[in-house]
Amino acid sequence: MAMDEAGGGGATTKKFLYVNRKAPYGTIYALESLEVVLIGAAFEQDVSLAFIDDGVYQIIKGQKTDGIGAKNFSPTYNALGDYEVTKLYVEAESLAERGLSVDDLMPITFEDEDDDYAEKPSIQVVNRAEMADIMSGQDVILSF
Amino acid sequence: MEVELKFGIVVNEGPYTHQAADTAYLFTKAVLEKGHEVFRVFFYHDGVNNGTRLMVPPQDERNIQKNWTELAEAHNLDLVVCIAAAQRRGILDENEATRQGKDANNIAPGFRISGLGQLIEAGIEADRLISFGD
Amino acid sequence: MATLHTINKSPFERSTLVSCLNHTSEGDKILLIEDGVIGVRKGSAFAELVKSAQSNCALYVLAPDMEARGIAQGDLVDGVTPVDYSGFVDLVAECDRTQSWL
Repeated sequence: MAMDEAGGGGATTKKFLYVNRKAPYGTIYALESLEVVLIGAAFEQDVSLAFIDDGVYQIIKGQKTDGIGAKNFSPTYNALGDYEVTKLYVEAESLAERGLSVDDLMPITFEDEDDDYAEKPSIQVVNRAEMADIMSGQDVILSF
Repeated sequence: MEVELKFGIVVNEGPYTHQAADTAYLFTKAVLEKGHEVFRVFFYHDGVNNGTRLMVPPQDERNIQKNWTELAEAHNLDLVVCIAAAQRRGILDENEATRQGKDANNIAPGFRISGLGQLIEAGIEADRLISFGD
Repeated sequence: MATLHTINKSPFERSTLVSCLNHTSEGDKILLIEDGVIGVRKGSAFAELVKSAQSNCALYVLAPDMEARGIAQGDLVDGVTPVDYSGFVDLVAECDRTQSWL
């Protein structure tokens, strides 16, 4: 049953969606789900991340965690582009309900190798109906 | 439903505190009873705590670790405890204990410690993946 | 290409029932498990929301979890179908993917 940790999973490419609904720091789910995304990148699947409900707080700007004695892991989201994870869907209604806008979020980008390495935003704000469509097109949905 | 499918099961919570571990176990049993295959059961977050052999629940309660160990033995299941989550929470096998300079290990029979890649592999290889959590 | 959505928390404790219902597609199936069964008891503050969900999704409840919480079949919102663990497996098998709302 063992398989190499690095390297692709053979010929199969599946669409993986990681659903993030929880704020960071109150629980470990945000951090440990990000760790799955990073390890999973080695398997060269078609990966998307969805940030809905309080999950939008995982990528909010200006996280300062010294006071709570926890490590600020938000800079790791900036590395996702280097791991070819470039589809971060953020739900518009989740932002609005929380008094947030896309300007409150970290400017996470990736370099598009098909476009002369032009820097492009990884975050796409979508509405609920669009998010539902994205979810219904996935092969594997991971929730934490 | 005649087709035999491969299932991947993810257990995100530890024993007793959340029902997730029990629901996952009963679901896994039902998968096998229906003649499907269990590709892997992957324990993540506090789910790694299902894999300690040191739990001593009251005699009149189910022993969640023994449930998993016995099911694994009966059906040759692959129960994988995530190494990163296990390190955080103090679930070690003999190798890990030596490697980390700890004076004891506590992994239960039937469980093995491995990397997060095993979860991704389960997602790729299984026909259906289901998570149980909080 | 239907999705099986599972909800394991009471709608009075967590927003997962509401969040799930905001993201279903026509023909999806929804299964209430664990404390989630509280969401489909008739007469509750969520009964109308659950009934409106039935216009495009089939609703199921895990019978052992219902029974554990003293909910009898007659206490369910109309049209919610109890299943056992075997039926749970069938639902996962019949749908193309399972989305657990945690």
